[in-house]
Amino acid sequence: MSERLVVDPITRIEGHLRIEARMAADRIAQAYSSGTSVRGIETILKGRDPRDAWAFAQRICGVCTLVHGIASVRAVEDALRIELPTNAQLIRNLMIGAQYVHDHIMHFYHLHALDWVDVVSALSADPKATSELAQSISGWPKSSPGYFADTQKRIKTFVESGQLGIFANGYWGHPAYKLPPEANLMAVAHYLEALAWQRDAARLHAIFGGKNPHPNFVVGGVPCAIDLDSDSAINAAKLAQVQGIIESMLTFVDQVYVPDTLAIAGFYKDWGTRGEGLGNFLCYGDLPAGGLMDPSGFLFPRGVILNRDLSTLHPVDLHDQSQIQEFIAHSWYDYDSGNDQGLHPYDGETNLEYDGRGGVKPPYRQLDIDQGYSWMKAPRWNGKAVEVGPLARVLMLYASGHAQTTELVEMTLGKLDLPVEALFSTLGRTAARTLETKILVDAMQGWYDALVANIKSGDTSTFNPRLWEPSSWPRQARGAGFMEAPRGALGHWIVIQDGRIANYQAVVPSTWNAGPRDTHEQPGAYEAALQDNHQLADIKQPIEILRTIHSFDPCIACAVHLTDPESGGELQIKIS
Amino acid sequence: MATPIPEKTLGERLRDHGLSRRGFLKLCAATASMMALPASMVPRIAAALEQARRPSVIWLSFQECTGCTESLTRSHAPTLEDLILKMVSLDYHHTLQAAAGEAAEEARLQAMEANAGEYLVIVDGSIPGPDANPGFSTVAGQSNYDILMETVEHAAAVIAVGTCAAFGGLPQARPNPTGAMSVMDLVKDKPVINVSGCPPVPMVITGVLAHYLTFGRLPDLDAYGRPMAFFGQSIHDRCYRRPFYDKGLFAESFDDQGAKEGWCLYRLGCKGPTTYNACATMKWNGGTSWPIESGHPCLGCSEPSFWDGGGFYEPVSVPLTANAGTLLTAGAVGAVVGGGSAALAKHGVKKADAERQPVTIDELEQTQ
Repeated sequence: MSERLVVDPITRIEGHLRIEARMAADRIAQAYSSGTSVRGIETILKGRDPRDAWAFAQRICGVCTLVHGIASVRAVEDALRIELPTNAQLIRNLMIGAQYVHDHIMHFYHLHALDWVDVVSALSADPKATSELAQSISGWPKSSPGYFADTQKRIKTFVESGQLGIFANGYWGHPAYKLPPEANLMAVAHYLEALAWQRDAARLHAIFGGKNPHPNFVVGGVPCAIDLDSDSAINAAKLAQVQGIIESMLTFVDQVYVPDTLAIAGFYKDWGTRGEGLGNFLCYGDLPAGGLMDPSGFLFPRGVILNRDLSTLHPVDLHDQSQIQEFIAHSWYDYDSGNDQGLHPYDGETNLEYDGRGGVKPPYRQLDIDQGYSWMKAPRWNGKAVEVGPLARVLMLYASGHAQTTELVEMTLGKLDLPVEALFSTLGRTAARTLETKILVDAMQGWYDALVANIKSGDTSTFNPRLWEPSSWPRQARGAGFMEAPRGALGHWIVIQDGRIANYQAVVPSTWNAGPRDTHEQPGAYEAALQDNHQLADIKQPIEILRTIHSFDPCIACAVHLTDPESGGELQIKIS
Repeated sequence: MATPIPEKTLGERLRDHGLSRRGFLKLCAATASMMALPASMVPRIAAALEQARRPSVIWLSFQECTGCTESLTRSHAPTLEDLILKMVSLDYHHTLQAAAGEAAEEARLQAMEANAGEYLVIVDGSIPGPDANPGFSTVAGQSNYDILMETVEHAAAVIAVGTCAAFGGLPQARPNPTGAMSVMDLVKDKPVINVSGCPPVPMVITGVLAHYLTFGRLPDLDAYGRPMAFFGQSIHDRCYRRPFYDKGLFAESFDDQGAKEGWCLYRLGCKGPTTYNACATMKWNGGTSWPIESGHPCLGCSEPSFWDGGGFYEPVSVPLTANAGTLLTAGAVGAVVGGGSAALAKHGVKKADAERQPVTIDELEQTQ
């Protein structure tokens, strides 16, 4: 086994991710993605009250902090055929929208930016020129020479203290950094501003869900009541707070996030030619105008794009046992029925097996890539590896002729003077995240207006109590809860028997993207992306790997999971 | 032992550890070079480092969801910006640090060496114990257990942030598939402060740090190793809906008239009477709201074994599966409601068995 380049920990992500790369001179020939930590949440869920499941499932991830809660209550609602009141649907949409805007902006500034922005270079910027740059791209008020001089002084004092904290050992001065000092200073100022901004943006979740991270949900609606005459329910004052937060989000997206993305991308156009890889994209769709049963009313459409062909969108069915399957040929699990086949989540069968499936005893230097090398499984759609997330969604919207998306994509490509093929890249993925944030924040105002109009019409209902009591449920039921999480298509599958959870499985965005090779040695999305045209300037400072991996916004605690359904006929429940 | 904040400067500490003046200047030159600063800056860095007093903090993430780090970023005072730029030197933190791979691990080792005996270790997430398969959770090819034990060896104190690190949390919930353990299950020879919650209230995380930095010692703790200032009172005793409990006015369903009018959520399963946390007083997200204010019963997320304490919507649901027999008296009128189902983490603080009493770090140490 030849020595591979190892990056572990991949930092500025959620969770524990390791990348190994086999190099051909200075280029990546083969890449291997490994999730190195497991908790076993699906096993823990078994036997519990399905109404409690959201709280457990939500702790799959605290970054995309509401998505597993939403997918979980939707799975139970799908299984029991529970319909949501209009207000609950709108409030959930608002909370999902707020999650996107908050999460994408924090990803851009606090997780991804340091791959493109050289903090040290900001020290030599001219504050006056920085001010001119900032004012030339945006009307954001914090842009005076004095403001940037103060920010620069703050960084300088910090650096000169000699205690570099989170900035220690960065790849500062690496030749791959291309921004002029002024752009670096502007970006560092916005790094700090975004930290302050996000604290207030997160308040929207607290208003409806009581707290953030990990806001509260309830099967059949939302926990908050609406009563314009109560001091302890959603009333006019709370709604005004929500409106204020939406406006603050809109302003930050329009005046900071979008212009910064375009300005920074302009210096990294060469990243429009590498870092895609698979050419296949999957979306479950989300953000319903009506109910979840009607995908035609979704803001984000459902479908699959194959081989970069935007002219054909293939249909997706979460219940079709042949479409979505998980493989474990290179994962640390055992299938009783043979490790080469794929299993649909309803029929999933998994046991933790580290030692027997090629796990190397820690401390180790290299994984055994010929056997199991990850706690992630390899999900496939009709046997194909697909990418999920912002790029998949923007391509789907663009391909289906969504007017605002078309306008945003064309504006972006025009400003950067790049062809449409540049979307299929690391740069395209990062830009897509910004563009969909703009689409979401505009949609949030629409949902808010619809919520106010519905309350005005006299409807204050937020909860459907009809099937709350387990005694009202069928003995057996099963359902799929799906959503478009910020990182991509997310599905939870639940099997309910006698009021308890008989089986629970989550197939999450970062499993689609970060999962290992499958039975047919097809790489996952991260692996394929790294194998797409990556030349490293300095093998000791592999910043190029960080750029492409961060462009996916990895969420590894999400991606790693396990199920342990009991075998035997009693759980093979068929609902017609 | 009240753990003091470092009295010595970094320069003095390094020399205590055998680093010569020449070696010290070499370190400064390396720092200057890393930040691409000119050589003329070296004396200035040396002068600053001689004076440096920001305590080093090493944040270790194990079996976690990053919700605790997200919560840290939501603190309105002190803010994360102030914390990392002015108050501490956050030398290792996966989610925030610029460095990756070997460079990240080097940052941890450098901080441990330069601040031996004086750095703080913060942990989020549970840890597969010494008897579990070490492959269940690794960083840089090393098991979580080995990283924890190696890093705490020369720490001044350890703060377990979040219920997973403090009490084992979700990974330890039945049937604990990965042999997950809490920090205090594993670290026996250092003060361990538990800041529980799933996640903890943002300003409670920074508040505990602020206490240490401002007063130079760790705060007084309750029977579960939690700071009294934030975990000294039950949610129920501080709840603004408490008068409705006393009057016997309860919401019977989400969105019913009682729910709209803000009546007590006890019958919807509220765990407020058995839960000790600061939500009702400090509230969440800059005072915006908190779970009960937004209509959802308290899940009890700052308590040991709350995941196994019975259904979240079971009225008067009490975690009677307590494995330590540790029953706490709650403030509920006329009722004794059980709480705290976990063993007292083998710290041997026996006097808290019968009733809830504070213990200090000194007492914790003496009982070991």
